[in-house]
Amino acid sequence: MTFPYLLTLVIFLPLLGALLTLVMRDVSTVRWMALGTTVATFLLSCLLYVGFDPAADPSVPQFADVTGPLISHAFDVKYFVGIDGINILLVMLTTLLGPIIVLSSWHYIAKQQAAYYGLLLLLQTGVLGVFTSFDLFFFYIFFELTLIPMYFIIGIWGGEDRIYAAIKFVIYTMVGSLLMLAALLYLGYLAGNEVNAGVFTTDYFNLLALEIPLGTQTWLFLLFALAFAIKVPLFPLHTWLPDAHVQAPTGGSVVLAGVLLKMGTYGLLRFCLPLFPNASFSWALPAAVLGVIGIIYGALVARAQPDAKKLIAYSSVSHLGFIVIGLFAFTIEAMQGALLQMINHGISTGALFLLLGMLYERRHTRLMTDYGGIAKSVPLLTFFMVFSVLASAGLPGLNGFVGEFMILLGAFKSTVIGSPGLIALATTGVILAAVYLLWMLYRVFWGPITDQANAEMDDLNGREFAILAPLAALMLFIGFVPQPFLDKSDVAMQHLLDTVEAKQASIAEAAADESPAPPAARAAFDGTTFSVETNHRPVP
Amino acid sequence: MDLSQAYDAMLGDLAGAFPLVLLAVAGLVIVVWDAFRNNDPLLPYIAGGALAIGLVFEGSQLASEQTTLFYGNIRAGGFAAFINMVLLGGTLLSVVLSVPYLRQIKHAYGEVYALMLFATVGMMALATGNSLIMLFVGLETMSVCLYILVGLVRKDEGSIESAFKYFVLGAFATGFFLYGIALLYGATGTVYLHEMQSGFAQSGATTMFWAGVGLLLVGFFFKVSAVPFHMWTPDAYQGAPTTLTGYMSTTSKAAAFTALILVLYYALPPERWTTVLAVVAVLTMVAGNVLALAQDNVKRMLAYSSIAHGGYILVGLAAGTAAGYSGALYYLLIYSIMNIGAFGVIALLEWDGKIGREQTMESLSGIGTQRPFLGLAMAVFMFSLIGFPPFGGFFGKVAVFGPAIDAGLTWLAVIGLLASVASAGYYLRVVYVFSFKSADERPAEAPATGTGFNVPFSSLAVLSLCVVLLVVVGFIPGLRDVTTHYFIDMAVAAGTL
Repeated sequence: MTFPYLLTLVIFLPLLGALLTLVMRDVSTVRWMALGTTVATFLLSCLLYVGFDPAADPSVPQFADVTGPLISHAFDVKYFVGIDGINILLVMLTTLLGPIIVLSSWHYIAKQQAAYYGLLLLLQTGVLGVFTSFDLFFFYIFFELTLIPMYFIIGIWGGEDRIYAAIKFVIYTMVGSLLMLAALLYLGYLAGNEVNAGVFTTDYFNLLALEIPLGTQTWLFLLFALAFAIKVPLFPLHTWLPDAHVQAPTGGSVVLAGVLLKMGTYGLLRFCLPLFPNASFSWALPAAVLGVIGIIYGALVARAQPDAKKLIAYSSVSHLGFIVIGLFAFTIEAMQGALLQMINHGISTGALFLLLGMLYERRHTRLMTDYGGIAKSVPLLTFFMVFSVLASAGLPGLNGFVGEFMILLGAFKSTVIGSPGLIALATTGVILAAVYLLWMLYRVFWGPITDQANAEMDDLNGREFAILAPLAALMLFIGFVPQPFLDKSDVAMQHLLDTVEAKQASIAEAAADESPAPPAARAAFDGTTFSVETNHRPVP
Repeated sequence: MDLSQAYDAMLGDLAGAFPLVLLAVAGLVIVVWDAFRNNDPLLPYIAGGALAIGLVFEGSQLASEQTTLFYGNIRAGGFAAFINMVLLGGTLLSVVLSVPYLRQIKHAYGEVYALMLFATVGMMALATGNSLIMLFVGLETMSVCLYILVGLVRKDEGSIESAFKYFVLGAFATGFFLYGIALLYGATGTVYLHEMQSGFAQSGATTMFWAGVGLLLVGFFFKVSAVPFHMWTPDAYQGAPTTLTGYMSTTSKAAAFTALILVLYYALPPERWTTVLAVVAVLTMVAGNVLALAQDNVKRMLAYSSIAHGGYILVGLAAGTAAGYSGALYYLLIYSIMNIGAFGVIALLEWDGKIGREQTMESLSGIGTQRPFLGLAMAVFMFSLIGFPPFGGFFGKVAVFGPAIDAGLTWLAVIGLLASVASAGYYLRVVYVFSFKSADERPAEAPATGTGFNVPFSSLAVLSLCVVLLVVVGFIPGLRDVTTHYFIDMAVAAGTL
């Protein structure tokens, strides 16, 4: 069953809920309304999942809604959303985490509940908009829109250093995204002049049709990649992440790890690689090196943390490194693996943050030394924790293994990265993950009980069980039968890869034709740099 | 010129300049009324009524062709109607905010409203003037009224000091401005903007011409508080009554910028000013934002921030294209909404006496948790001022930085965008003291501590209007088109005007 504007409804239903919170006073009403909205959004998005045809032409988004031009008639800037193989799973992940996050905040959030749930819902609209936008300008609007609610969620309901963490989070991300805005505007005018009859355009397919000269491509790529790399976060731009994660309330951490980080990797996949293919090829090795450093560095730092939440935060840095390597490998296995790993990381790290949040609600501490031996008092919680840890560490039979295995397999074969030794180094990340995660498990759940409070802890209640059960089921399901999920994106990913390779070859050829003699090319480049300015200062 | 027909023609033109006349008459009525019934509460209604009628009239003129009135001295219709709507609208919102505020700080004088109307008349003359003489008359009418309004709090030496500083420096700037006009007239033989380019073409690039242009620009830079002519701004903004700070920081800047745009667009040889404007823009953006970071007084911080916003607008001017000028105009509209709103919120938190008018960052702690609406409104204003989508400020920035990038000034746009990152440092500080801190973190002697404060319905309505406008303004496609239309389609008319 499908109907017009189904996708738009999915995106903006949470916003409607957010507006409703403005007029609601009663805490219980707000909570139930938020739960109802997120559940309804999830159910509606299931219609998208069922109605999505993975075999259809991948260059035409399905369920597309187009309205425009907005902003100005002189600009080809449209509200253009759609579903294709690349974003369908990410949309589902976002809508699935919606009700889970609301439920996890049920008692955790003790003040200003209406504002909290309003911001959470606003955040969901922003994230869904990011994943579905086929207009770069609106992608940017949604991308930035997610910062505002997150700033408040960390700043109002966070821990002791919440203000520092919130401001660091926003400023860090802003540096990247404002530079991306400059590149975006430049790209829009360039595409307008080249392929859209002189009208500024940010339509994804117009931009795809544009073949950007090498020099321009490099700096546009770098500005876009910087914004996404900060969001991912790629080493050495990751320092905002541990602060934000540790200070954020559980719900905020889950959104952050589950979906917000994916906006960075999704942006790389959707925009950076196909729009700037040559630059992506030449920067693949540096990106992979940073990814590997992130994997190992993140793992080593995670191992040294006394704070369990910080440990999981650094594990995100490590895990996201795999995804970056997968994206820049430019082989179908690795890229499919990277996409699947985005979902996997959202599920398993989301579950880990939920579990730590539940422990924090019981004992109000995140330090591992304050726990120990609680496996006896909270067996059910322990079961889910072991399950999520093993999934996160990449145990075969659970979801993490599938994604990481595909990434590593594809990256070994990659001629673009072209460095199997480097990938072998990345493989150690899997072992290190097992080390720090099992170490955390041991210190928190086993060993002697040193504190009476730990012995008297309550096990999971029905609400908490309902939050964790679907996530655990998914970990197991993806682990054993990943194919249905991979099938969703197979055609689209192959198409994207073909497009990138064809464009890369075409631009490289054009560049080779233009520069038979290097000195001439150099002169031409200098000429363009200065002619732009002289154009605007005619001497009378 | 046949003088026998001049009388009829001028009388006919009065109808075209209806709002100008209406405001001047209403101002006089207020002065006389005030003389007989001192500080009558009815006075703001007269002012508000006149402004509302003017607004409706200009709205009806938006789509009409541009014409000039009074023998080419003033523009009307089209472009002029648009900028007049910004000025009238800004003044109207400020009048509504000022009524409860002035009562709150116990300075509810009737003449305030007369002065505001007279100042607005000056601004309209400045923004729509087509001859340098008209620009000067408008500028002076506006400035003299503003000098008095800044010094309204007569018993506060801070207020007097700021008025005096503003007056002395303003007088200097006026001198530069007038001298520039004189030299330009000497060099080109005309004071009409649209004839100046042909005058320049005949006489060529004489030293006198360039000197005149330079002096004129200094005068303009002073009025739009561009660095290094910004020294008066923080003092004047801090000393003035807060709602009037909101008023003068938006409308007077909008008027001066519009006049500058028209002078650049019609009168000066095209695209010769990119370097000068770009350098001033960089200085203004960087200095404004960096100095704002160091401020602890909220009004002073907003004063420096408004300097920085002038810098963003200058980026649009530096682009030197029709799209850049129209973007600057669009920015002025959005900037007016957010700044009036921000000062409006601060004004609600003040009270009588010197300490009541000192709003430091700490004294705002927890206002947002006490009054969720104010927290929400202030967050919208601050995020919009930073330039976050989906709020208006973002679309304003796109409207000025986009044309600059298109014109090959990518480096300038990048500096502007990085300067906005710095601006996040202080705007976010306001948001967090409002919403993240609790009320008991307020220092004991801070204003608005303890007892609750009233938020009058009228202020609530104005602030809600500003919030709603900022949320939707970027997505109204017609609005951006209107400003573009004046410069691109109507550029054809430029030769004939």
